[in-house]
Amino acid sequence: MLSRKSSCDSHGQDSFYFLGLQEYEKNPYHNVHNPMGIIQMGLAENQLSFDLLESWLARNPDAVCLKRNGASIFKELALFQDYHGLPAFKNALVKFMAEIRGNKVKFDPNKLVLTAGSTSANETLMFCLAERGDAFLLPTPYYPGFDRDLKWRTEVEIVPIHCSSSNGFQITEPSLEKAYQQAQKLDLKVKGVLITNPSNPLGTTMTRDELNLLISFAMAKKIHIVSDEIYSGTAFDCPDYISITEALLDRHLENTDMWSRIHIVYSLSKDLSLPGFRVGMIYSNNGTVVSAATKMSSFGLISSQTQHLLSNMLSDTKFTSNYTKKNQKRLRKRKEMLVSGLQSAGIKCLESNAGLFCWVDMRHLLSSQTFEAEKELWKKILFEVGLNISPGSSCHCLEPGWFRICFANISEEALHVAMKRIKKFVDKSYQQMVCDQRSVIHNWQSRILSYNHEADRY
Amino acid sequence: MRLLSRKATCNTHGQDSSYFLGWQEYEKNPYDEIQNPTGIIQMGLAENQLSFDLLESWLADNPDAAGFKKDGQSIFRELALFQDYHGLAAFKKALVEFMAEIRGNKVTFDQNKIVLTAGATSANETLMFCLAEPGEAFLLPTPYYPGFDRDLKWRTGVEIVPIQCTSSNGFQITAPALEEAFQEAQKRNLRVKGVLVTNPSNPLGTTMTRNELNLLLSFITEKGIHLISDEIYSGTVFSSPGFVSIMEALKDRKCENSQVWNRVHIVYSLSKDLGLPGFRVGAIYSNDDMVVSAATKMSSFGLVSSQTQYLLSALLSDKKFTRNYISENQKRLKQRKKLLVKGLEKAGISCLKSNAGLFCWVNMKLLLSSNTFEAEMELWKKIVHEVKLNISPGSSCHCTEPGWFRVCFANMSEETLSLAIQRLNSFVKSMNNQSHHQIKKSSRRKSLTKWVFRLSFDHDHREPEER
Repeated sequence: MLSRKSSCDSHGQDSFYFLGLQEYEKNPYHNVHNPMGIIQMGLAENQLSFDLLESWLARNPDAVCLKRNGASIFKELALFQDYHGLPAFKNALVKFMAEIRGNKVKFDPNKLVLTAGSTSANETLMFCLAERGDAFLLPTPYYPGFDRDLKWRTEVEIVPIHCSSSNGFQITEPSLEKAYQQAQKLDLKVKGVLITNPSNPLGTTMTRDELNLLISFAMAKKIHIVSDEIYSGTAFDCPDYISITEALLDRHLENTDMWSRIHIVYSLSKDLSLPGFRVGMIYSNNGTVVSAATKMSSFGLISSQTQHLLSNMLSDTKFTSNYTKKNQKRLRKRKEMLVSGLQSAGIKCLESNAGLFCWVDMRHLLSSQTFEAEKELWKKILFEVGLNISPGSSCHCLEPGWFRICFANISEEALHVAMKRIKKFVDKSYQQMVCDQRSVIHNWQSRILSYNHEADRY
Repeated sequence: MRLLSRKATCNTHGQDSSYFLGWQEYEKNPYDEIQNPTGIIQMGLAENQLSFDLLESWLADNPDAAGFKKDGQSIFRELALFQDYHGLAAFKKALVEFMAEIRGNKVTFDQNKIVLTAGATSANETLMFCLAEPGEAFLLPTPYYPGFDRDLKWRTGVEIVPIQCTSSNGFQITAPALEEAFQEAQKRNLRVKGVLVTNPSNPLGTTMTRNELNLLLSFITEKGIHLISDEIYSGTVFSSPGFVSIMEALKDRKCENSQVWNRVHIVYSLSKDLGLPGFRVGAIYSNDDMVVSAATKMSSFGLVSSQTQYLLSALLSDKKFTRNYISENQKRLKQRKKLLVKGLEKAGISCLKSNAGLFCWVNMKLLLSSNTFEAEMELWKKIVHEVKLNISPGSSCHCTEPGWFRVCFANMSEETLSLAIQRLNSFVKSMNNQSHHQIKKSSRRKSLTKWVFRLSFDHDHREPEER
């Protein structure tokens, strides 16, 4: 009676990523009302810089009250449903995007398509670039939501480019080629590669080498590159962020057909902490893609009320540069807090310079190097330690034992509590391990003794 | 290898139809009372611009709603982070109560069965994804909103098979028409998953009769298929007969615990009733839990901005305001429609009798040079380029009879409407003179021919020349 799409589970919503969220909702931590509750460390939100946004809002009531120069423009906004988007907003956005990239690149507002969040942007790009049964290659580990966003209604497939801890999960030429071959084996036509840079869940920015590798690969295979750069504003440490556009310019590829096979996805959900406002976008040098995506954006336009507010905010370049700087500083400090807290519990993180989370190595805490053991550990951490973190398997990581832990969506106090809990858990586990080892030794000793006694009898 | 998908390069988005082309012409030369008084008057946009004053005064009295405040306290952070696809509870509650109010509270809705989407455009497409596979079909009565060709078909791969309605009975749906459409789908090897109706109708501006609704319910019961009722104009019903919603019809047939109850889905939006198309507020209402569940997850691809959800939850929770708004808005629509109908009457043009919507379905058959769609296109081009009015030709709405046009009346000032009517009047007069002239010319030619003919056979008999 219903379509297959509505009854199957390729919407991917049954993975740990979402299950952890559900458990948290049942028993959420609160420092006063529920100090024993679960601390949410599975949500990649940025809650560190709302004060900056709120003080801007207080100084700029017109943007909020649907006014321009004191006069009401309510009617104009209420009627504005043009899928080309508010020009003032697009102009402000492309400047903001350039600023984030140190103004090393420039963007053209006519190549920008506004969408209701990057969720919508990613799906729309799939509809524009691929047919049902085609595939995109994605480096693992990747954001679990992609299984829904890229595949569900589009029926496009994802083939993983497996990355490993041996080189910090960087993309290599062999891994790219292997993924491509795998797709061929599965009879899937590869239409492109989709990367997230900075990476979710790794929190790292791509090296120049990786970017060049990728570009050469895409040129050789004549395929697309979709660069999801929604965390570009959260690069808080060196090495400096290199965007795909910069990498192409440095190779002087502006006038080649590779140029029109690069598409960028952006959003204000992470950099500006506004996931509720649903602001995403596609940037493409390909006129046909811009045209088709613009029409498709009808299915997910941004509220004009929101476009008006944010076009004002982003046009205030004094505010945006101050915000970006301060925000990055705060993220860096928080990340360092998490890293050192984990360190004191004997837990290492992948060295990272961006994002709202760390990629944490808990392999040594596994009872065995298996995903079952990872699941076991995840459950222990959720139910006994009271922390909701994301297991690497939900991000399609090839190696068990890695977890993504978010640091920007909770207070400093909650982060300290979380670190204490982890230390306690690790210490207890260590003691338990020592205890277990001691009891193994004790049993062995008893066995030997009893054997000797037996031997004495005969 | 194809670089882009077929969807990106084909034109199933239907954006090349005259409906959209008319828009484009208007954009090149838009009427403005002062700046461009001879420009094209936009009468192809079904917008409601009559009641903004009511909304603006509410906003002025309630600054907290737009100001991210609740009881004087800032809730900006809370809203900025709110991306739950279940939607703001307070907003869903206010919305279902508003929907019930529009239906005279003859039916009530459960806020747990409503799914918020970025506009009805998103809602309609999402329902297709939930109810049909690529290559399956939905039946739609003609004439229908041209945007459906994009919204229902483009990315979903679902087909539309028309239920042909005619002017012989005011374009109402009949049992034979339904059956014929179903057979047509079978002939084309398309599995029919349901019927989609717009009630009140766009472009007709009429509400469905109880008879039609019952016919539909019997039909979908018999065939075991779905019914989608797009009720985005439900708040614009301004005169009798009143609005009978699909829910009311189901209740009257005591279908609450039957299978058909789960196969009826409603689409709603605030774009027409509240005049807020820019805010992208749409909704799907369904009694089928699986549809609600799947549609909720799919709404991730088009959520309503939390900033907007909050503003409108405050607006719609103000029952005093909504009650007054609904009745005042309907009054104004009724008056405007009367103005258009009377004005067209004076020009000798009749409209389909209507009681809802933001437009009239206008009969311009008399102005066609021939009863063909080519002639309709000819007439449309003349009206756009010479008369400078952008109206929508029936062919873009898949009407089977040439000569019908949709003319909007609620998206301009009264002065502009009067000017538009004047222009049309002058145009019709000039057409009448022309055709009178042509009749004279053609009969003169006829008698000349006769005379020449006679002359060639009868030298003694001469017809006097016509003057």
